[in-house]
Amino acid sequence: MRILAAIVRHPSGRIGATIIALYLLTALLGAVGFTPHNALKQVPIDRLKAPNAAYWFGTDLLGRDTFSRLMLGIGESFLVAFSSVAIAAFVGTLIGLLAAWWGAIWDGILMRIMDVFLAFPAILLALLVVAIEGPGTVTSVTAIAIVYTPIFARVVRAPALSLKARDFVAAARTFGSSQRFILTRHLLLNLIAPLTVQITLALAWALLTEAGLSFLGLGTQPPSPSLGVMLADSKSMMTRAPWLLIFPGLTIMLGILGFNLFGDALRDILDPRTQRRAA
Amino acid sequence: MSAPLLSVRDLHVGFGRDPAANEVVSGVSFELEAGKTLAIVGESGSGKSVTALSINRLVDFGGGKITAGSINLQSGDGSALDVTIANEAALIHVRGRDIGMIFQEPMTSLNPVHTIGAQIEEAFRLNRGVTGRAATAAAREALERVRIPDAASRLRYYPHQLSGGMRQRVMIAIALASNPRLLIADEPTTALDVTVQAQIMALLAELRAELGMAMIFITHDIGLVAGIADDIMVMQGGIAVEQGSLDAVLDHPQHDYTKHLLNAVPHFNAGRAVRGDGERSGTAPVVTVDNLVVRFPVGGGLFRRPGAVHAVDGVDFDLAAGETLAIVGESGSGKSTTAKAILGLVGITRGTIDAKSGRSRRPVQMVFQDPYASLNPRLNVEALLAEPAIANRQRVDAALRERMRFLLTRVGLGEDALTRYPHQFSGGQRQRLCIARALMLNPEVVVLDEAVSALDVSVQARVLDLLIDLQREFGLAYLFISHDMAVVERIAHRIAVMYAGQIVEIGDAASVLSNPQHSYTRRLIAAVPAVERRQQRFTLDATQVPSLVRPAGFEPAAAQWREAGTDHRVRVEGA
Repeated sequence: MRILAAIVRHPSGRIGATIIALYLLTALLGAVGFTPHNALKQVPIDRLKAPNAAYWFGTDLLGRDTFSRLMLGIGESFLVAFSSVAIAAFVGTLIGLLAAWWGAIWDGILMRIMDVFLAFPAILLALLVVAIEGPGTVTSVTAIAIVYTPIFARVVRAPALSLKARDFVAAARTFGSSQRFILTRHLLLNLIAPLTVQITLALAWALLTEAGLSFLGLGTQPPSPSLGVMLADSKSMMTRAPWLLIFPGLTIMLGILGFNLFGDALRDILDPRTQRRAA
Repeated sequence: MSAPLLSVRDLHVGFGRDPAANEVVSGVSFELEAGKTLAIVGESGSGKSVTALSINRLVDFGGGKITAGSINLQSGDGSALDVTIANEAALIHVRGRDIGMIFQEPMTSLNPVHTIGAQIEEAFRLNRGVTGRAATAAAREALERVRIPDAASRLRYYPHQLSGGMRQRVMIAIALASNPRLLIADEPTTALDVTVQAQIMALLAELRAELGMAMIFITHDIGLVAGIADDIMVMQGGIAVEQGSLDAVLDHPQHDYTKHLLNAVPHFNAGRAVRGDGERSGTAPVVTVDNLVVRFPVGGGLFRRPGAVHAVDGVDFDLAAGETLAIVGESGSGKSTTAKAILGLVGITRGTIDAKSGRSRRPVQMVFQDPYASLNPRLNVEALLAEPAIANRQRVDAALRERMRFLLTRVGLGEDALTRYPHQFSGGQRQRLCIARALMLNPEVVVLDEAVSALDVSVQARVLDLLIDLQREFGLAYLFISHDMAVVERIAHRIAVMYAGQIVEIGDAASVLSNPQHSYTRRLIAAVPAVERRQQRFTLDATQVPSLVRPAGFEPAAAQWREAGTDHRVRVEGA
C-alpha cells in the first residue's frame, strides 16, 4: 500500500504505471473479444485503408482492422513476456540463492553454467529451441526464459553473498534455524527490492525480444496477431501503408517505456539510500 | 599575546534543503592557541565531527552549510582568513597546507590501488611542489618521522599490506607532509586495538612537541584525551555545554552532561573495582573447553607452500554456572573465533567443547557486536523473537507471546515494541532486543562477543548494568569477549587473556588485573586510557603481533604453566 502511494507520488512512476495499466486493460478487453472489429476476419473490400473513423488505425492487406489486431497482439506479447520473466525470475533466483548459500564448488559450477547461457544472444538461443520444438509461443517463452535466467541468478547471488555473511544469519544459525527458514526469511526477504526492480526491467526487454522473435517468424505464428508478427507483415508495404508499421512500432516503444519508467521509479522507492534522502 | 591561531565565533551549521531549520551545530565558539591541543568530546550525533569539518570547510562536501558565525584562521604570514566566506581556491590552500586532517578509518581513507609511497609523495608534490627523487626522499623521511621501521622498503607497500596501526601512521605522515600548523584528528584511534591506540597517542604527543603544531582531537572517549589535551570542549546536541582547561573540566565538571559522561566512562582501576559477588562454587562447569584448536587453511597455490592460520591454538578453560569469564585480547588474538567455535559457527580442527544441556536444548546463545547487523531489518520484533522458538519446533502461541512480553519488559523495552521494526530502535535498544532474543530459549550460557563495544559510553554503562541484573536473576553464565579492560573490570569474575591464538594468562579478575604476570597482559593494561591516568604519559612501543600463518604440519610447543596465586595461571614465556 505504502509502495503504491509512493509510485503515484513519483513522477515517472505515475506515467509508467498509467501506461502499463492502459496496456493491461487493452489486452484484457482484446482477450474477452471486446474489440471494434473481428481481428481475424478478412474484409477484402476494405483492404489497405488508411486510418479513418471506422478503422482507427487503418487496415492491412487482407482488410483486417489494425486496432483490433493490436489489442490482441498486446495480450499475446504480454503473455509471452510475463510467463517467460516469471520462469526466469523463479529459476534464476533459486540458482543464485543456492550458489551463494552452498558456495565453494557449487557456486563455481552453477555460475559458470549461467555464464555459458549469458554468452548466447536471445535470437541464437531461440533458433536452437526452434530446432528442437518448432516455432511457436512456447518457443518464445522458453528462449526468453533461458536468456533471462542467468541475469536473475547474478542479481540475486551478489547481495545473497553479502547477506549470508551478516550477523543475523549467524545469529539464526546459533538458534538452530533450518536452512530453508534462513534462505526464505533472512535472504529472500531482503532481496525483494532488487528482484522487483529487475523483474520490471526484464519485462521491458522480454517485450522487445518477443517482438524480435516473432518478426523473424520464430515466435507466435500467424494468424495470431503479435506485435512482432504485425511488424513483419507490414514491412513489404512500408511505403504504401506506413500506418501498418507505425502503430505496432509505437505500441512496442510505448510499452517498453512504461516498464522502464515503472522500474526506475521502483528502484528509487525501494532503495533505502534514496529513501532516506527523500524522507 | 598575539591573536590565537584559530578562533571560532558562534558557529551554526545545518544540513539539507533548509540548513537554518536543520541545525546540527548551533552556536559553538572556541579559540585555539598555536601549539595547544583542544579535545572535543561528545557522543554520536553531538555535532563534534561537523564542527571540526567546518574548520576546513570539508562539511560542504557532506551536504552541510555554515549558516552563521565566523572561523578565523591565522595564516603563516600573520594575516587572518575567515574560512566561512573564503572561496574554494583559497580553501584548497588552507586544506593540507595550513590544516592537516586524519580520519577514523585508516583503510578507507587511503587509496587501495596506489602504494603508500606514491600517496605520501602526492601530498608533498601538491603542497610543497617537490617532485621526483626529492619527493621520494621526503616521503621516506615522513615515514621515519611517524616511526615506521624500515621506511625505504615500506614505501612500495600497498595499504592492504599494512596493519591498521601502520595505516593510521601513514595517514598521519600524509597529514603532516605540509607541516600544518593545525592537525584535526577525528576519532583517529577508534578503529584500532588498545595497545595500537596507545602507540598512536604517544606518537601524536611526540610529534606535537616536535613540530609545535596545534591539534583538535575529536573523540567519544573522555578518558583517552586526558593525557594529551590542554583544553576540553564537551558537546551535546550541537551545543558546547562545557568548555575549559583539562583539569578544570575533569576535576570540577559544572554541567550535568559532563558529570554524566565522566560517570559513565568506564573507569579502570587496575583490579580494585571488580565485582565482589559470585564465589566460584564447586559445581560442575556448564561449559568445558579442552585443547581447542581452530585452523583455517591458506595458500597452496602454484608457488606458495600450503599453510594454515592458527586462529586458536590449544585453548582450555571452563565456565561455571552464574559466573562471567571475560576473554580479552586484540583483533587477531582468536577470541572471537573461540566464541564462534563454541556456538558451532566455525569448524574445530581438534579438541572438545562440552556444553551441559540442562534446562534448554540449546544451552549456549550469543549476542553479537553490531546491533545493526544482527537483526534482520525486514522482520518485526515479534518475528525476530519468535525465530529461536520456531527453530526449536515450538509453536507461536499465547504462552510464547507472553514470554516475549516478559523478556521485552525485563530488558527495558515496552511491550508495544512487538510490532515495531529494528530501524525504529536506537543502537542501545537494539542490543537489548538481541539480549532478549538470546534469552528466548532460556539458555545456561550467553556468549557476548564485544556486545557493548559499538555503543556510546552512557548507553554502554546501562547495558552492562542490565547484563549483571539478568545474570543474577536467571543464573546465567557469561562468556564476555572484549578488548576493553575497563568494561571487563566491571563485569568479569574471571579473566582469560588471549594473545596470538593462545591463552597466556587466566584467573580471578582481581588477581589478573592487579597483579598481571605475562608481559602481554602488562602491555595491555598499561595501554588502557583512563581519566585517572591523566598524569601518565604513553610510551612508544612498536611491538607487532606475530603472524599466525604457519606452514603445514607445524605444531606449537606444549604450553608450560606456572601458578601465580590461587586461581591464577600464567603461561611461561619464551618456552
